[in-house]
Amino acid sequence: MEKKQYERPLIKPLNNGLMNKFGTRTEYTAITNIDGKNVKELLKEFGSPLFVMSERKIRDNIRSAKRVFETRYPKVQFAWSYKTNYLNAVCKVFHQEGSWAEVVSRFEYEKAVNNGVPTNKIIFNGPDKTDDDLVLSIKNDSLIHIDHLDELYRLIELSGEMHKKPRVAIRVNMDTGIYPMWDRFGFNYENGQAWDAINKIIASDKLNLVGLHCHIGTYMLAASAYGIAAAKLAELAISIKKRYNQNISYIDMGGGFASKNTLKGATHLGVDSVPEISEFAEAISSSLLNAGFDNAELPYLYLETGRALVDDAGFLLGTVISNKRLSDGRRATILDFGVNILFTSFWYDHKISPAQEFSFNTEDCVLYGPLCMNIDVIRENVSLPPLNNGDNVVVHYVGAYNITQSMQFITLRPSVVMIDLKGDAHVIREKESVSDVEKNERIIDHLEKFKL
Amino acid sequence: MKIRKNVAQSDSGFIFNPSNGDSYSVNETGKLIINLLQQEKDDEDIIKQITDEYRIDRDSVEKDLYDFKNMLDAYKLTE
Ligand SMILES: Cc1ncc(COP(=O)(O)O)c(C=O)c1O
Repeated sequence: MEKKQYERPLIKPLNNGLMNKFGTRTEYTAITNIDGKNVKELLKEFGSPLFVMSERKIRDNIRSAKRVFETRYPKVQFAWSYKTNYLNAVCKVFHQEGSWAEVVSRFEYEKAVNNGVPTNKIIFNGPDKTDDDLVLSIKNDSLIHIDHLDELYRLIELSGEMHKKPRVAIRVNMDTGIYPMWDRFGFNYENGQAWDAINKIIASDKLNLVGLHCHIGTYMLAASAYGIAAAKLAELAISIKKRYNQNISYIDMGGGFASKNTLKGATHLGVDSVPEISEFAEAISSSLLNAGFDNAELPYLYLETGRALVDDAGFLLGTVISNKRLSDGRRATILDFGVNILFTSFWYDHKISPAQEFSFNTEDCVLYGPLCMNIDVIRENVSLPPLNNGDNVVVHYVGAYNITQSMQFITLRPSVVMIDLKGDAHVIREKESVSDVEKNERIIDHLEKFKL
Repeated sequence: MKIRKNVAQSDSGFIFNPSNGDSYSVNETGKLIINLLQQEKDDEDIIKQITDEYRIDRDSVEKDLYDFKNMLDAYKLTE
């Protein structure tokens, strides 16, 4: 007689009335394939853990976002936010789809240049641009987004010395009814700082003010906030036109559209509650179209959307190392990936699926990573089928801010593969070796030798 | 270890403890183990029966059985 598939014995109290936070919904649909590639074979070939990026999903996302905006507003330009995922293969998919580059450091700037982005299609944001960075951006005719007054004065000096008039925008922060207000970046709208900065730029006659920028926050759940922000930037642009008869050629609404992840402490799953991109598009375009621009002088709409375009294109595959029972009776499952490579588990309750078929039985458990640190918690409470050692799991929506924020704390970082449109997997970043990490270390002579 | 005499188990894996009114659900292997415990089988018998019926090694069953019995204790289903 053929033996039956084993499942670890389970006993679950039937709580009267007490529902878990996410109702009865559990996450036990097995994910055995990603874009036609078998999960277990991917792990066998490239090792565990493993990041997987779906080229198809990225292209679908950017194409559909473009369609959604372009059907509502005539002049739209996306710029890929490098900080969200700066792997060159990922950036180049976006560039092939027509996205420019949005960077916030010299490191990201150089990545964009090396990727072949024309330098006049690089938007340079952020508060930390050195003289060297500014000089390079002026030479290269990149779009410099000014964050603070010190930068503004420095830029006026440098462009005077270079006899070149750089194209600039100012970053504006404002009250959009959202808490917390991101007022540490840029010039405030309500207290007149932004208007003062604009006057200063135009009076200097050294800078060419071409744009107005804002980034009102990240993982924004209220589309209406974007409507308010767009209206305020449009009002500034129209004031500039009235006062100086000068057109602002673009309004850059930054990033921040929420992805489908579920924020910790949220009462609804992200997939059910996050606004669609079309809602953001509707709010922004109706503000701009109703602002009172002359039709011929409508500014371009720039977007620096990050997470909403890439989060669901990234998966993290991993393996169960062990199961434990905690002193309070809870089941703990230890996985071979930790918060060192899944930084967003500090913000999100990630959706995690088993990578093999299971019965309908589930148990509540806590998921830990392998780091010897108490902070290494992947999920505090999740309902999953019983996982055995060696079983595999798939973490969803990890394409944004994990690869770029990962670190070599306790262990090295794993490979990243991309599955192309034909369903073939390619390594886009090799897993690290000890020598990769030690390459930049130096030993002082007297520390060379020791005896134990 | 013995399951409390008055603890009832239904065919569908529903467990009821009349002494405190608590109820539980168990999966197939959990149900089998409770059945065998009610028949006062010892650990070796239980492990043998499970490894005969299911594709699983002895060590894994032993570990899981030990953990499961601890849970039965914790839920006060044993005496
Ligand atoms: C200036 C700027 N643009 C774009 C982004 C991308 O944001 P998101 O990934 O939330 O869309 C960020 C992220 O913080 C940002 O600071």
